[in-house]
Amino acid sequence: MMKLMQLKWLISFALITISSAAFAGWDDINLREGVTQISREVYDLHMLIFIICCLIGVVVFGVMIISMLMHRKSLGHEPADFQDNHQLEILWTVIPIFILVAMAIPATTTLNAMYDAGDAEIDIEVRGYQWKWQYTYIDDDPNPATQVKFMSNLLTPPDEIYNRAAKREHYLLDVDNPLVIPTDTRIRFLITAEDVIHAWWVPDFAVKKDAVPGFIHESWAIAEEPGIYRGQCAELCGKDHGFMPVVVHAVERPEYDAWLADQKQAAQQAWNETGKTWTMDELMTTGEEVYLRACAACHQVNGQGLPPAFPSLVGQGIAVGDIDAHIDIILNGKPGTAMQAFASQLSPSEIAAVTTYERNAWGNNLGDSVQPKDINSMLTGQ
Amino acid sequence: MSEQSYEAYYVPHNSKLPIFASLGIFLTVFGIGNILNDMSAGTEHSAGMWVLLVGGLVLGFTLFYWFGTVIEENHQKLYSDQMNRSYVWAMGWFIFSEVMFFMAFFGALFYVRFWVVGWLGGEGDRGPSELLWPGFTPEWPMMSNPETDKFVGPAEVIPSLQLPLLNTALLITSSFTVTIAHHAIKEGNRKKLINWLAATIALGLIFLVVQGYEYYHAYADLGLTLASGIYGTTFFMLTGFHGAHVTLGTFMLIVMLGRALKGHFEADDCFGFEAASWYWHFVDVVWVGLFIFVYLLGGGPTGF
Amino acid sequence: MSAVIEHDHHEDHHHGPDKGLMRWVLTTNHKDIGTLYLWFSFIMFLTGGVFALVIRAELFQPGLQIVEPEFFIQMTTMHGLIMVFGAVMPAFVGLANWLVPMMVGAPDMALPRMNNFSFWILPFAFSMLLATFFMEGGAPNFGWTFYAPLSTEYAPPTVTFFIFGVHLMGASSIMGSINIIVTILNMRAPGLKLMQMPLFVWTWLITAYLLLAVMPVLAGVVTMMLMDIHFATAFFDAGGGGDPVLFQHVFWFFGHPEVYIMILPAFGIVSAIIPTFARKRLFGYASMVYATSAIAFLSFIVWAHHMFTAGIPITGELYFMYATMLIAIPTGVKVFNWVATMWKGSMTFETPMLFSVAFVILFTIGGLSGLMLAIVPADFQYHDTYFVVAHFHYVLVPGAVFSIMAAVYYWLPKWTGNMYNEALGKTHFWLSFVGVNITFFPQHFTGLAGMPRRIPDYALQFADYNMISSCGAFLFGFSQILFLFIILQTIQDDKKATNQVWESAHGLEWTLPSPAPYHSFSTPPKNLQEAHG
Ligand code: HEA
Ligand code: HEA
Ligand code: HEC
Ligand code: CUA
Ligand SMILES: [Cu+2]
Repeated sequence: MMKLMQLKWLISFALITISSAAFAGWDDINLREGVTQISREVYDLHMLIFIICCLIGVVVFGVMIISMLMHRKSLGHEPADFQDNHQLEILWTVIPIFILVAMAIPATTTLNAMYDAGDAEIDIEVRGYQWKWQYTYIDDDPNPATQVKFMSNLLTPPDEIYNRAAKREHYLLDVDNPLVIPTDTRIRFLITAEDVIHAWWVPDFAVKKDAVPGFIHESWAIAEEPGIYRGQCAELCGKDHGFMPVVVHAVERPEYDAWLADQKQAAQQAWNETGKTWTMDELMTTGEEVYLRACAACHQVNGQGLPPAFPSLVGQGIAVGDIDAHIDIILNGKPGTAMQAFASQLSPSEIAAVTTYERNAWGNNLGDSVQPKDINSMLTGQ
Repeated sequence: MSEQSYEAYYVPHNSKLPIFASLGIFLTVFGIGNILNDMSAGTEHSAGMWVLLVGGLVLGFTLFYWFGTVIEENHQKLYSDQMNRSYVWAMGWFIFSEVMFFMAFFGALFYVRFWVVGWLGGEGDRGPSELLWPGFTPEWPMMSNPETDKFVGPAEVIPSLQLPLLNTALLITSSFTVTIAHHAIKEGNRKKLINWLAATIALGLIFLVVQGYEYYHAYADLGLTLASGIYGTTFFMLTGFHGAHVTLGTFMLIVMLGRALKGHFEADDCFGFEAASWYWHFVDVVWVGLFIFVYLLGGGPTGF
Repeated sequence: MSAVIEHDHHEDHHHGPDKGLMRWVLTTNHKDIGTLYLWFSFIMFLTGGVFALVIRAELFQPGLQIVEPEFFIQMTTMHGLIMVFGAVMPAFVGLANWLVPMMVGAPDMALPRMNNFSFWILPFAFSMLLATFFMEGGAPNFGWTFYAPLSTEYAPPTVTFFIFGVHLMGASSIMGSINIIVTILNMRAPGLKLMQMPLFVWTWLITAYLLLAVMPVLAGVVTMMLMDIHFATAFFDAGGGGDPVLFQHVFWFFGHPEVYIMILPAFGIVSAIIPTFARKRLFGYASMVYATSAIAFLSFIVWAHHMFTAGIPITGELYFMYATMLIAIPTGVKVFNWVATMWKGSMTFETPMLFSVAFVILFTIGGLSGLMLAIVPADFQYHDTYFVVAHFHYVLVPGAVFSIMAAVYYWLPKWTGNMYNEALGKTHFWLSFVGVNITFFPQHFTGLAGMPRRIPDYALQFADYNMISSCGAFLFGFSQILFLFIILQTIQDDKKATNQVWESAHGLEWTLPSPAPYHSFSTPPKNLQEAHG
């Protein structure tokens, strides 16, 4: 009886292995073909090596199974007496070499294509933060006033994560500001990180590159079809590693140009606003919005934090103390703790607003405030 | 007859030594861990110091008794030739593992010098990294680090052909003196053994003093510290671990001197001495590697 | 003349063990120490397994149900560390302790006191590691690969104890492997040639060299971390001229040989068991030895295949790809030799054989997925997904762990003198076999479809296969309670085993009585022809 069961298992096992190949088109269990030349090459390579491996499995397990079925004591099979066969041994050393070469050749070709450093039309800096991405469109002639630079945060609300609300489509794979790129254009990604190692991964482009703090790694893609492509951070980067998706929105060139013009205009506007004097109300409204987006994850919506890991900002400590120290910790963070430097993540207006907000919300009624232009001059060192 | 050719192999019935050694080593590292954490967190109050003290004492005494026991058993002629061969092999492979430990640090040095410096300065596959460090010039020794405010580079580094050259001479000489001492055992000449062994120890101690002075000079005058960027990092870690090994080796030789004075070691029975001397040779060889790669080829000015 | 001089001051000259707890604490006997290692490893296996079950329970459904992300990642980290350093490695060392002296005809291990020392360091080291759960900042949370700077600048303060824990384990492994090397090279029965040794001894000899070469490197890399954390050095900080990727190079120089450390002894075990139950001599003994050596050699020059996405120049990528692929050749030789050993044998399928056959099949599946990972462009897609998790669990669980279980069933009668319950053993096997495949096979699919590893929550399209996988994990996990029961029952029972135990078992250990006497060979074995199986 045992023998029967064993047989059944082995056979069904082999069947699963083989039949997986048949499901090749099925997105839930196989690689995606993707939308770039490279990604399709990678897909083909994957299928090739996969099928070769399956065939090797069929041969090896086939021989084993035949042997297990026929050469058993219960069938009265007598053991043969051989311990060596040099021809056979040479054969099964040499054949694998050929198989390996057959795999290595297309792999080398594809890899060469991937590393081919052609001229990119658009350069985008991709910067990993715990736990979000920042995208900077690098202009040929940089102008801080119109620089397009934004953070891309997870959009899925905690209620969905903690099962208090129904999970919507693209659960965990949605962000507030996706990266927007034009189709049919070679984009160069300059990938780096602010704190720990992350990895920027878009399966549909077959691009996965580690973002290492202090170094820039290059990668590139030419998306051939418009669409929204989703991926995730692919290097353990701390507690919320699972919550920093990558979303790329590929659009036709005209749409991209329009989008970029809008962004530049918005940047210009924000730049202008840095110079004006903000009212308390404006600071508080913007501040609340920034706080909820950037700070509430740790310090909580009510400012109470989660002591001891994340300190409360209400009625105690730096947030109700000296305003310069307060601004300093927001700009520069506190090394070695989860409190990061926000100077490069938030605009001067946002920093001014969130500082003011913290000092006047939740009963911290200090009444003081700071203006974006002051922050700006701190940052530019005047 | 085959029974005769099978030598008696001494297996102690049981032993309290290992469990105390385990406890001691555990308390030692646990104590150090606590001290380091307190230091980095800026707190002081925990019992780390005491744990370390107790652990160190337990470990120290246990090892003392352990080696004492082994020597004693050897004197009682409990050990066969086969047993002695076991010790020889064991010491040899232990030294091999030490070599691999140093390889990790040498590897780090080579990797940084051959690749990282260039990458940070704009060369090669990771060359775009340069964009992040606009003011940085790639050079070795790295006098100015990419992030200048976090890592303040050294003002100068140790010139290779002064004290380091002296130290090289000291250690190479000591390798010879310890060999002469070994020959003395073989000749059965105890006085010669004691003299040359003492000379070796003296050379080791002078080496340590010179290195201590060099470190002091580096910290006090040159701004070359553990925290002065990757040059200081690799410099102090490599020479520092080597120095620690010299210290241990000197200590071993001192013990051997003590034993020689007590009349231990015969021409055919001097494993303890041999083990210490192999260790000493190993430490010397590592130094030669250091002298070449850290000082001569890596140290900038030669000093002339 | 007796081969063992005992240093006891008692009058009676029975060379038996002491009584009571102190027997285990103070013992210098290779069998006692082997037993200690094996029990320790089993406890660690259950501990690491419980952590795995926490992981699988959280991943049963999308959303966060049971644990917070912070704790989840601590679970992943400790699961990996405990399984690798606490379960698999000590189990193999335990088997080596029990078997190597018997297989080479020696009275005991070469350095008996140091043997005890190697063992007793471990409970201290792992207690310290586990104690970090209760310390400020929580347990290590940077994965078992602890990449800097997540494990340095951004690590909880307990990382210091993690580092010292690794130092202790390393010291234990180094002493353990020195002992094994010396035993094999110096303690063989007179006349026993190297090429007559059983393959288990050979594979362990080679494994011990791997350990000796890479454990110090691991100690080196954690020391660098310690310095970066507490003394402001710049090994892994670009700002000071270092490089986080340097960490990965040094770590994987240790890490890749480490995974072969966890599989070579398994090869040895399977090479002992398959011939016994096929009633045929092992096919290609010499080529097995050469293949093992080749694998060990290659393992030193392929490390960066774990770092294909870490920004390695293309020449490096190509070199590491080709070198990694080469490993398939000697490993293939081994697989084919096992198949050829079974071919035209006269097979029976007792529990050890079932585990061994499953080993060959499932390890090969894991090896083949490993080969796919070696193909750089494809690895860009696979890397850090569940495809990798599936790969290494196939080589580790139905690989290393199954081989250990096979070994326990195979030699248990020799150790205890009693036969285990065959029907229960087979049940254990089938539950484990089914459980393992249900757990890890679907992970290939989720991985290919794009599920990253080390995440506490995942997108909805991965839900079905994760649920299946979690069910399998609980099935496999709880089956191990049966394993525990079988072992305890065998120790208690009185179903006497014969000396040879298995009809066609070869090897010196089977010439000894069952249970094996306290001191293995008081007089040298004569029939050396019996040595290798
Ligand atoms: C016991 C442990 C073990 C073993 C034996 C192996 C064996 C192999 N491993 Fe695996 N591996 C791990 C444990 C192991 N691995 C672990 C733990 C990780 C993850 C670490 C982490 O990140 O946490 C990992 C990760 C890992 C990676 C990195 C993946 C990534 O992170 O992106 C790669 C890439 O090359 C790889 C490759 C291989 C190869 C080529 C083999 C080869 O040795 C396999 C050789 C065997 C065969 C090929 C099958 C039998 C051969 C034949 C039947 C002959 C005919 C075959 C052909 C001609 C193809 N492994
Ligand atoms: C030899 C090593 C080994 C072994 C045996 C296992 C065994 C198992 N592993 Fe693991 N695993 C690793 C090595 C190993 N693993 C490594 C190295 C990693 C990578 C870590 C990292 O990313 O850093 C990993 C990661 C890993 C992950 C990915 C986690 C992540 O990426 O977040 C998962 C998820 O499913 C998993 C699952 C399992 C399961 C279900 C088992 C099962 O086989 C476990 C079986 C369960 C038991 C044995 C429990 C039995 C106990 C009981 C039922 C309680 C009884 C109680 C008493 C008697 C008191 N493992
Ligand atoms: C990822 C977690 C995290 C995020 C996001 C975060 N903080 Fe913090 N913050 C911390 C931690 C941790 C500390 C405590 C640092 C320490 O140990 O002193 C802290 C400290 C502070 C303090 C000082 C509190 C005190 O009294 O010591 C202020 C003010 C502050 N954060 C403001 C902000 C603002 C404003 C934002 C958003 C723009 C923000 N934080 C976002 C984690 C975070
Ligand atoms: Cu960012 Cu993982
Ligand atoms: Cu590997």
